Amino acid sequence: MTRSKLLIAALMGTVLALPASAAEIKAVASFSILGDIVSHVGGDRVEVTTIVGPNADTHVYEPKPADAQALSQSQVFFINGLGFEGWLDRLVEATGFTGPVVVASAGIATHTMADDGHGHGEAEGEDHAHDAAAETEAGHDDHAHAEESGEITDPHAWQSLKNGLIYVQNIADGLCKADPDGCATYQANAKAYSAEISALDAEVVAAVDSVPQAQRKVITTHDAFGYFGEAYGVQFLAPEGISTDSEASAADVGRLIEQIRADGVKALFIENMSDGRLVEQIARETGVTIGGELYADALSTPDEGASTYLDMFRHNVDLLVPAMAGTPAQ
Amino acid sequence: MNFYDLFLAPFMQFGFMTRALAGAVILSLSAGPVGVFLMLRRMSLTGDAMAHAILPGAAAGFLVSGLAILPMTLGGFAAGLVVAVLSGLVSRFTIQREDNSLAAFYLISLALGVMLVSLKGSNVDLMHVLFGTVLALNNDALIMIGAIVTVSLVALALLWRPLVAECLDPTFLRSVSGAGQPVHLLFLALVVINLVGGFQALGTLLAVGLMMLPAAAARFWVRSLEAMCALAIAISVVSSYLGLLVSYHLSVASGPAIILVAGAIYVLSMLFGSRGLVSSNLRPRRHRIA
Repeated sequence: MTRSKLLIAALMGTVLALPASAAEIKAVASFSILGDIVSHVGGDRVEVTTIVGPNADTHVYEPKPADAQALSQSQVFFINGLGFEGWLDRLVEATGFTGPVVVASAGIATHTMADDGHGHGEAEGEDHAHDAAAETEAGHDDHAHAEESGEITDPHAWQSLKNGLIYVQNIADGLCKADPDGCATYQANAKAYSAEISALDAEVVAAVDSVPQAQRKVITTHDAFGYFGEAYGVQFLAPEGISTDSEASAADVGRLIEQIRADGVKALFIENMSDGRLVEQIARETGVTIGGELYADALSTPDEGASTYLDMFRHNVDLLVPAMAGTPAQ
Repeated sequence: MNFYDLFLAPFMQFGFMTRALAGAVILSLSAGPVGVFLMLRRMSLTGDAMAHAILPGAAAGFLVSGLAILPMTLGGFAAGLVVAVLSGLVSRFTIQREDNSLAAFYLISLALGVMLVSLKGSNVDLMHVLFGTVLALNNDALIMIGAIVTVSLVALALLWRPLVAECLDPTFLRSVSGAGQPVHLLFLALVVINLVGGFQALGTLLAVGLMMLPAAAARFWVRSLEAMCALAIAISVVSSYLGLLVSYHLSVASGPAIILVAGAIYVLSMLFGSRGLVSSNLRPRRHRIA
C-alpha cells in the first residue's frame, strides 16, 4: 500500500519536474505569424505553442483536443483579435483557461473594409467580426455576417510592419504580466526585435517608393493586404467573393479585367492556401503573368522561405516590387 | 443600351463569360436527362448527399499530392462511386430503402473526410478548393466536362430502354432479365461522374441545380420521357445564358443567378405549365372511373 503510494508520488514527481527543466513559462499563440513574434520576444524563457500552423487558414479553424490541452497548461494566451479567430472564445471557455488573454493588435488604428453587400473579400472576409463585441459572441459562425453589410474591420493588421511594432510591445507587456521575473529580458528582446522590424520597414518603404505611384496596383485573391496598402501606398484589388462561400459576380470579374487592361496592371498574385483559379482565369484573359505566391494569413513551412514574420514580409515585398515595376524576378 | 450591348456584348468582350456559358451548356446536355431519370426514380436529393460523400476521396487526393485538382477530383469520384454503389446494394439486398442507406453512407463518408483533413494538420477548407466557380473555368475543366458529357450521353443511349423499364417498374425488369442490378449501378455511376465533374468545374449549387430544377420544370409541360429530357436540356441552356447575363448586368454572383433563373422557370412552369396548377384546375375534370 505505502509502497505503491510512494511509487505514484515518485512518478508524479518526475512528470512534474520535466517541464520545469525546459523554459520558464509556456505561452500559446493562436496562429503561426503571432507565434513567431512571441518566440522572438520570449526568447529562451518562453515555450511557444502555435494552434494554427503554417499554410493553414485561421479563419475557419476547428480546435482539437491537443490545442485545449496546450492552452490549459500554459500561463498566457496570445491572440490577434479584431475577430480574426472566430473559434477562440469557445476554446477559452471550454478549457477553463483563466490566465491572461493578450490581444496583440490592441491599440492599432484599424482599417475597415467596405462591405458593399456583394461579398467583399470571399470566405475570409465574411468571417471577420465587425468589432470587438462580435468577437466575444459565443455562437460566432460563418453565416453570422453574411447578410449584414456596411463596414467590417480588417484583422490582417500584421501586414504593416508599423503595426508589427505595436504587436511586439503588446506581447512584451503580456509576457511581463505572466512572468514578472523575466520582464527585463522580454523588454530587451522586444527592443532588439523592434529595431530589426523598423530596419525592414525602412527597406520596404524605400523599395516601394522606387516604383512610380501610378504603377502601384496589385491584384490578389483576397483582401488581406489592406494594412500593407495603407502603410506603403500600394493599391490592392481582389475579385470579391472569389471562393465558393460568396461567389464573384460576372460584373466584378469583368470590371477587374477592364481595369487591368486600362491601367496596365502588371502585378497579379495568388496566396498560399487559397484557390487561385479565378486569378488564373484573369491572367489568361489579360495576358498578365502571375507573379507568384504571397503569404498573407500564415507563414510557410521552414523549407519554403517565409517561415518567420520578417522573412514572410521580405518574401512578399521581393515579389511585389519587381512585379509592379514590370520587371518580375523570375 | 441596344440589343447587342444587352445580350451579346458580355460574351463577345470577355473570354471568361464565353467559357462559363460553354461549360454550363455542355453540362446541360447530360445533366438534363440524368436529372429527369433521378426525378422519376424519386432520387432527387441524391445530388446534395453526394456533395458530402465525395469529401474523403478529395481529402485522400489532397494528402497524396497537395492542392492539385485532378487527384482530388479523381479521389472524389471514387468516393462518390463507393457511396452510391454501397447504398444501392444495401437497398437491393436488405429491407432498408435507398434514401436511408444513402444517408447512412454519406454521413460516414463525410465524417471520414473531415477526419482525413484534420490528420494533415492543416486546415484548408477542402470544400472551397474542390468546388470551383463557373467564372473560373480553365481548359482542363472544359475538357473534363466535355469528356464526362460524351461518356454520359453514350451510356444513356445504351441504357435507355432498361432505364425506362426500371423507372416504370423495377421488379418487372428484374423478373424478365438479370439486367436490373447492373443497370441501376451503372446509372448511379453516371450520376456520380456528372455531379463530381460539375462540382469541380461549376460549384455545388450549379452542378446539382442544373440537374434537378430543369427536370422538375419540364415535368409540368410534357408527358413523354423523350420530350421531358429535351425540354430539361433546353431549360437549363436558357437558364445558363440568362443567369450569366443577370450576373453581369446586375453584378450578382453567377452560380446563384443561373439557378435562380432556373428556379423562376420552375415556378412559372408549376403555375402555368400545361400540366401545372392553373391548367389542371381549370380543365373540366373527367371521370376517371367509368
